[in-house]
Amino acid sequence: MEAAKPVSELYADLGLTSSEFEDIKRVLGREPSAVELGMFSLMWSEHCSYKSSKEALKMLPTQGPWVLQGPGENAGIIDIGDGLAVAFKMESHNHPSAVEPYQGAATGIGGIVRDIFTMGARPIACLDPLRFGSLDKQRTRFLLGGVVAGIAGYGNCLGIPTVAGDLYFDACYDENPLINVMCVGIMPVRRIIKGAAATPGEAVILFRNRTGRDGIGGASVLASQEFDETSEAKRPSVQVGDPFTEKLLIEASLEMLDAGLLVGLSDLGAAGISCALSETAAKGGVGMAVHADRVPLREDMEPFEIMISESQERMLAVCEPAKAAAVIEICERWGLKATQIGEVIPGDKLEIYWKGEKVVDVPASSLADGPVYSRESARPQYLDRVAAADLSTVEHPSDLNDVLMRLVASPNLCSRHWVWEQYDHMVQLNTVVYPGSDAAVLRVKGTGKGLALSVDGNGRYCYLDPYTGAQIAVVEAARNVIASGAVPAAITNCLNFGNPERPDIFWQFIRAVEGMSDACRALDLPVVSGNVSFYNESFGEAIHPTPVIGMVGVLPDIEKRVGIGFQSQDDLIVLLGETLPELGGSEYLKVIHGLTEGRPPGVDLAKERAVQAVCREAIEQGFILSAHDCSEGGLAVTLIDSCWATGLGATLRVETDLAPAEWMFSESQSRFVVTLKKMDLPRLQEIARAQVGVPVEVLGWVGGKHLVINDWIAMHLEKSREAWRTALENILA
Amino acid sequence: MRFGVVVFPGSNCDADCYYVIKEVLAQEVYYVWHQETDLSPYDCVVLPGGFSYGDYLRCGAIARFSPVMESVRGFAAAGGLVIGICNGFQILAEAGLLPGALLRNTTLRFICRYVDLRVENTGTPWTNSVDRKVLRIPIAHNEGNFVADEETLDRLNREGRVLLRYSDPEGNITAEANPNGAAQNIAGIASENFNVLGLMPHPERCSEDILGHTDGLTIWRSVVNHFERGN
Repeated sequence: MEAAKPVSELYADLGLTSSEFEDIKRVLGREPSAVELGMFSLMWSEHCSYKSSKEALKMLPTQGPWVLQGPGENAGIIDIGDGLAVAFKMESHNHPSAVEPYQGAATGIGGIVRDIFTMGARPIACLDPLRFGSLDKQRTRFLLGGVVAGIAGYGNCLGIPTVAGDLYFDACYDENPLINVMCVGIMPVRRIIKGAAATPGEAVILFRNRTGRDGIGGASVLASQEFDETSEAKRPSVQVGDPFTEKLLIEASLEMLDAGLLVGLSDLGAAGISCALSETAAKGGVGMAVHADRVPLREDMEPFEIMISESQERMLAVCEPAKAAAVIEICERWGLKATQIGEVIPGDKLEIYWKGEKVVDVPASSLADGPVYSRESARPQYLDRVAAADLSTVEHPSDLNDVLMRLVASPNLCSRHWVWEQYDHMVQLNTVVYPGSDAAVLRVKGTGKGLALSVDGNGRYCYLDPYTGAQIAVVEAARNVIASGAVPAAITNCLNFGNPERPDIFWQFIRAVEGMSDACRALDLPVVSGNVSFYNESFGEAIHPTPVIGMVGVLPDIEKRVGIGFQSQDDLIVLLGETLPELGGSEYLKVIHGLTEGRPPGVDLAKERAVQAVCREAIEQGFILSAHDCSEGGLAVTLIDSCWATGLGATLRVETDLAPAEWMFSESQSRFVVTLKKMDLPRLQEIARAQVGVPVEVLGWVGGKHLVINDWIAMHLEKSREAWRTALENILA
Repeated sequence: MRFGVVVFPGSNCDADCYYVIKEVLAQEVYYVWHQETDLSPYDCVVLPGGFSYGDYLRCGAIARFSPVMESVRGFAAAGGLVIGICNGFQILAEAGLLPGALLRNTTLRFICRYVDLRVENTGTPWTNSVDRKVLRIPIAHNEGNFVADEETLDRLNREGRVLLRYSDPEGNITAEANPNGAAQNIAGIASENFNVLGLMPHPERCSEDILGHTDGLTIWRSVVNHFERGN
């Protein structure tokens, strides 16, 4: 920055509006210093302050008897019994990854993992929902390769398994991919710690990485603006990750917590030390005096730069003064530099000193509680056009075998093993169900319990109807978890949208939050943490609205888990739920007809709740042999997935009024395909009768080497599996 | 039997090895910090997988200078049992306790998946309880491409020191079955006296029914068996 420029001319360069600048002057009762202005510009950025989304997010349910920590901390926490708690959160690293995919994705993992161990939890799993542009584009392949390598490079080194994720391709993400990252951790309930200081006199200690000029303005310059032709020049705003140091931070932090040394712990993420100090002080209702000249530096830096640097792998600990020496000793044993940079003081002021001179003197809460905006919202005009599409005139091809082959080898439906085999998904010895299933299942050692983890979010549905699309993200994530044998417990989310200052985009955002909120309430699912990523636009074109859900479910008895694969010859294949002529927004329509039109499949929350209850109860009773949620690609894709998983074929005799393509490729919600022994069918029917509106339809039986559906489909499993399995690597080759 | 699992900064399979030895094998096990030098209490030393020192230089190239490695050298020279898994194998190769080196996978990508391994010699401390020709054990590495000069390879073969080779499920040694480009599909080798084993696959990851496979257990059981028979 140019220090010579007066603050009255500087604020706009830093991304603040004139009214925000006036607010800052009003709060302080004077003009801010340049350092103060820099801190406000970051803390009041959209990325850090949630100034556009804060109001709407209040709609979401956040409570439940099992919720130990809701939104507002580094991560949400739920109680899973046995004295154990699970902390989890999802975040985006979209903009940095668009500029520099390897480091952008790697530091995304670093940030979300810090959020988890900062709460006292040992990270046990990562999940990565990714959205990229069209695969014909060279840029997409470059970004995909870089992002996957970045996630692998960082996550594998930490020894945290990446156990699930999802991956969609759509031209709307060509310039602006979505790199969402979720981390889950586990801890004894007693180890929970929050990012708050408590009592004047406590020591404020900064540990590990030296501070440098990397990542200056990451939150304000990158994450809170759209992309344009100047984006390339923003590469220096992307930080560089150091997973080895992060691994040491995990071990040292958990050791300090186990020894009961800390009052508060916080990581330095977006807005760096400014954010960590102001939030830690504001949450504790205390002040802090910090000496910026004591911060270990990598290079010669101005106080302004020190306060806003986003150098990675740094932590802030608050402890009683008598325990400071022990904290520093643990750091040293792990080879981590630790420095006391200040102390907690009475009052509410954050005071920063530079060589004895006070350069910052602001109420900590004024930084931490940014402005709140009610943005204008207006229904986008394109919605009338896409909803008016008459899908009854679509001509279905006669060769349905060919259609199914093209679908399973298409970018959104083909196997993702090329991606997840680059991730260590086994380390820590907890992964019982691998990537590629409905949900990953992890055992909880020493308890007999399990965790089921899933991420979901279909941007195309949300583009066609943000309210319904967001509901689908929630209910599908819940079905994934239920199909694995778990009870859905709570969710985190990452809401990826365009520029909220545009009324049409803000309308999409509000509708999506409403949909998510209604679905969560219907299914008793609290939202315990989350993240909003706006400004996902390039050259004035926004991405599809893409709310992504991360779901955690608990298996009370891990031995009752079920997989998606058919189990044995002659098992009955049963559909729970109803197939409607709902091709709107489907993969079939996109891949075979090139259309992104119509209305997405409808969600009837009462029906959804009922079908989930039936599937859940049947699995609990122990007679369900396989279960698979129906989603993208429809029933035909669901069925062939279950065939490939174990190499067992199926023969189906279907009676329906729908056109064959509608029956096979409609993406109707509220459906599961389950298998069971014939003698158990009455038990399933009885469970279903206890609910309203859950049809139980026998579709056929397991057996053979083919998937046969009436005279529509006769597909050899091995040949089709090879096409599905190798499609992505063939496209990338 | 008493195991010591060495912890280097950046080790990340240390806890997994510890867990399997304690909970599955029901043997005594302790962590050994990389700065410790007394290995006399242990009957077997485990160098676990992970990214010691971040693998920022060549894998294992920094860890080999840890104080504990000088003791491992003496422990091995005295006939002590040492197993290096993945990064542990890389460290043993860097330290010169095993011949050859581990280069980057020819795919240039990290690979985490199950592989089939043909067992080439069952008369060793590490394989005496293996009761089948082919084991199914996962790999998870970026640098598992084993190389050595012709003379060394000949000698390893001649002396029966190649214990595991990547194979197809029937035990055929094919190019398709080689995940990382390793010379002669080599996945694991032993020292001259067979008391030191280095292998890229992770036996600790498949030693329990709940994790899907238990072939790794045959290797752990072999070493316990070897010890209990009085070597």
